[in-house]
Amino acid sequence: MSDVKDTAPEHPRAIVIGHGDFAGGLVSAVGQICGMADKLVVLSMLGMTPESIEATIREQLARTGARVIFTDLPAGSATIAARRIVKDEPGLILVSGVNLATLLEFVFNTSVPPTEAARAAAERGKASLIVVGR
Amino acid sequence: MGIHLYRIDDRLIHGQVVVGWGQPLNARFLVLVDDLVSSSDWEKELYRMAVPPEMEIYFADVATAVRDHPKYAADPRPGILITGDITSMQRLVRGVKAIGSVNLGGIHHRAGRTAKLRYIFLTPEEERQLQEVEAAGVEVTAQDVPSARSVPLAEVLEGESS
Repeated sequence: MSDVKDTAPEHPRAIVIGHGDFAGGLVSAVGQICGMADKLVVLSMLGMTPESIEATIREQLARTGARVIFTDLPAGSATIAARRIVKDEPGLILVSGVNLATLLEFVFNTSVPPTEAARAAAERGKASLIVVGR
Repeated sequence: MGIHLYRIDDRLIHGQVVVGWGQPLNARFLVLVDDLVSSSDWEKELYRMAVPPEMEIYFADVATAVRDHPKYAADPRPGILITGDITSMQRLVRGVKAIGSVNLGGIHHRAGRTAKLRYIFLTPEEERQLQEVEAAGVEVTAQDVPSARSVPLAEVLEGESS
């Protein structure tokens, strides 16, 4: 039931998972903007039990060696699953509420370890939310 | 006010519950009824952190939820009660006669279950349990999000072709 693409990158730096086609859309946008979608693994949780969401994320972390998980909603099933994994595996980083600015900052920041890049990217993502008009 | 939605959802607290139903119902409290979660401080903290600050969350095992149901029902705020499985909801319904309807929100695929709707998979035993709940006078319908059609249990049990 998982939606790991056949063309999953060999050395991705993070996993992106969320509701519906959120992750695929976001990573597609990263690819369109900078051509670095191969740094990210797209997962969908459509139709999956909480246990299978958690198992799928664990499998992809093991397969790829990625140490960063990006999710959409803090209350989402993927975030709940990822928090269970982070509890078990020190050195993993979870960033929930991911947006495009966060991912772009993350994929470009290759001078530091992915976990450190994820923390910096989260700050950039927060700063990218602006309100214009009155 | 009190409980506006009694929901069976194996993902317990997640986006559809907090946002999808929580916002249109203006839910201000959640009751998570689960024997395992209620006995674990770590599990409770996990779900507490998933709930927005304007929502209060109560954790209860089934026996406690039966005992405390009058308190939930008398709450002046709108609320949602969730169980993660059919057995827990059936036990709750047996102990609380005031429950008039149950929402099937998400029971996903696992071994032994067959697809009924996109988000509902049931074993024969689970089908029987739901029929028992309905036979006790409780309306059972499936509806993952408020904008979707509410599907009566009989139609759910007919399967995906319905």
